[in-house]
Amino acid sequence: MDQQTAKIVARRKREDRLFKLLGIGCTLIALATLAVLLGNLLYTGFSRLDWQFLTSFPSRKAESAGILAASVGTLAVIAVTALTAVPLGIAAGVYMEEYARKGRINTIIEVNIANLAGVPSVIYGLLGLGLFVYYFHLGHSILSAGLTLGLLVLPIVIVATREALRTIPVHIREAAYALGATKWQVVRHHLVRYALGGISTGVIIALSRAIGETAPLIVIGAVTFIRFLPTSPFEAPFPHHAFDWLQSPFAVLPNQMFDWTSRPTEDFHRNAAASGIVLIAVTLTLNAVAIFVRYRARRNIKW
Amino acid sequence: MDSAAPVAVSAMPQGNQGPKANHGSTPREDQIAALVKRRNASNAVAGGIMFAAAASSVAITCGIVAMLTLESLPFFREVNLWDFLTDTMWAPLFAAPRYGILPLIAGTFVTTLVALAIALPIGTIIAVYLSEFAPHTVREVIKPATELLSAVPTIVFGYFALQVVTPALQTFIPDLPTFNMLSAGIVMGIMIIPYVSSLSEDALRAVPMLLREGSYGMGASRMQTAFKVVIPSAISGLAAAYILGISRAIGETMIVAVAAGMQPNLTLDPRQPAETITAYIVQVSLGDVEHGTVAFHSIFAAGATLFVLTLGLNVFGHYLRKRYRKAY
Repeated sequence: MDQQTAKIVARRKREDRLFKLLGIGCTLIALATLAVLLGNLLYTGFSRLDWQFLTSFPSRKAESAGILAASVGTLAVIAVTALTAVPLGIAAGVYMEEYARKGRINTIIEVNIANLAGVPSVIYGLLGLGLFVYYFHLGHSILSAGLTLGLLVLPIVIVATREALRTIPVHIREAAYALGATKWQVVRHHLVRYALGGISTGVIIALSRAIGETAPLIVIGAVTFIRFLPTSPFEAPFPHHAFDWLQSPFAVLPNQMFDWTSRPTEDFHRNAAASGIVLIAVTLTLNAVAIFVRYRARRNIKW
Repeated sequence: MDSAAPVAVSAMPQGNQGPKANHGSTPREDQIAALVKRRNASNAVAGGIMFAAAASSVAITCGIVAMLTLESLPFFREVNLWDFLTDTMWAPLFAAPRYGILPLIAGTFVTTLVALAIALPIGTIIAVYLSEFAPHTVREVIKPATELLSAVPTIVFGYFALQVVTPALQTFIPDLPTFNMLSAGIVMGIMIIPYVSSLSEDALRAVPMLLREGSYGMGASRMQTAFKVVIPSAISGLAAAYILGISRAIGETMIVAVAAGMQPNLTLDPRQPAETITAYIVQVSLGDVEHGTVAFHSIFAAGATLFVLTLGLNVFGHYLRKRYRKAY
């Protein structure tokens, strides 16, 4: 190798090393931002995070305010969301992957789901406001909010279900058909069970997304100053009043945080940081669980 | 999976009863026929229900289009479409209200541009690094770690922009106002890095190994291979990732609502406060605007504008992704 070639090779290797450093640097920028964000939240809000904060209603005074109403509201809304999006999403995913034959209708459904995933969340809020709040007269209620978020996260559940089903080899289906099973039996007894790991991952991610959504619920009409809880479904007399909580007005965690963030005083910003810690703890935990479930599901399957 | 065994076993007895039943008497056959009939019926019902579920996703799109159209019609009865698109002032709460969407579009445009200036280069570099340079173990750790960034609720990012990034920027730009598009755009850019990087990486990894090996065989370095062979082959996939990133940035709401201010402002200077289309929808929803007023219907008109913008981008991105999938 003459000297000139050696020089060029050395330069190319240097470029490679430099780009590698650049790549690591950019990755670190992303991760460092996350670290600074978490650090700042903890630094500002951690001292505020006590039992009083978790169990108090909102208040005009920052130091006696809390997230009780918002936490209960978030739980109630997410329950409705899960009951809407999970069955609907799994059924739609199974249909698309196992039943649909290639054709115009199914192409439409497929393109449609891809597009729904890209619709900004605030537009789902407008859909909920127009459709659930005013057209169906459900009011600015937990039910309207839960249904809206259900529609919002539906594409996530559908896509996760389809991907999980796609990893199941064809010979599993063929073995079941060979024993005379109908399509529905194959789906119910085999496919849904083997895909459960992937589907649960998708469901957890979807719910974590729904918990963090703020904008659509502002549009639906979430309140931030609410000093009572929805009637408990366990205390209300069963058939007639057990579902009263669905009609209740509601506060949710991200909106409570938004309200405190947009106030001018420092005390309320500490409250905002504290509620941010709770919010992020919930969503990051859910995501960690999802990653764990996916990892376990992958490890346990040996076709 | 554990559940495989019991299911398979429970399926067996049915199969074993089959031949016995065939030798049996007519009532037994009737019983089987009834069983098959019931089974087929539940099969048909289940199929129908699942088709309905899949079709309901189309109903959602129709619902969105219908709501945006129906609820913005009263608005366009009051406000001329031409004025809406060309008037340079958005002042819905004035005594003589003006409804020109341009200031809101300008706010959306500037914040999106700032976000893209952050997200596209960083996202692309991360994608190229992960796909072409990083060892397998590093990729397995970094990919989920960057995806954690997309698990952070956007309101938390909004808080971060207002409380951390804006004060930090003010040390460099002393006269920067508390609400400004620069800070909101930067944080929005960081938020969409994972979307851009993970879709770009998928596109890069879809390029067949053969092309890379050909390039290495000719004596190219990793970087030459990445930039002269892999990226050009994955270009439509990268474009799709970018377009989806743009559509995310346009539709992002809470970061801009918190950090960019809620004052319509026709400017292209990112240091100024301004309102985006999404922030306007939030602002009106926060106030006590009565159902049926022009201000109420104006959020649907703003939403329709937003929907048209993002839908156009999404359809284009979807088309590009289809194209690169077909290429190999």
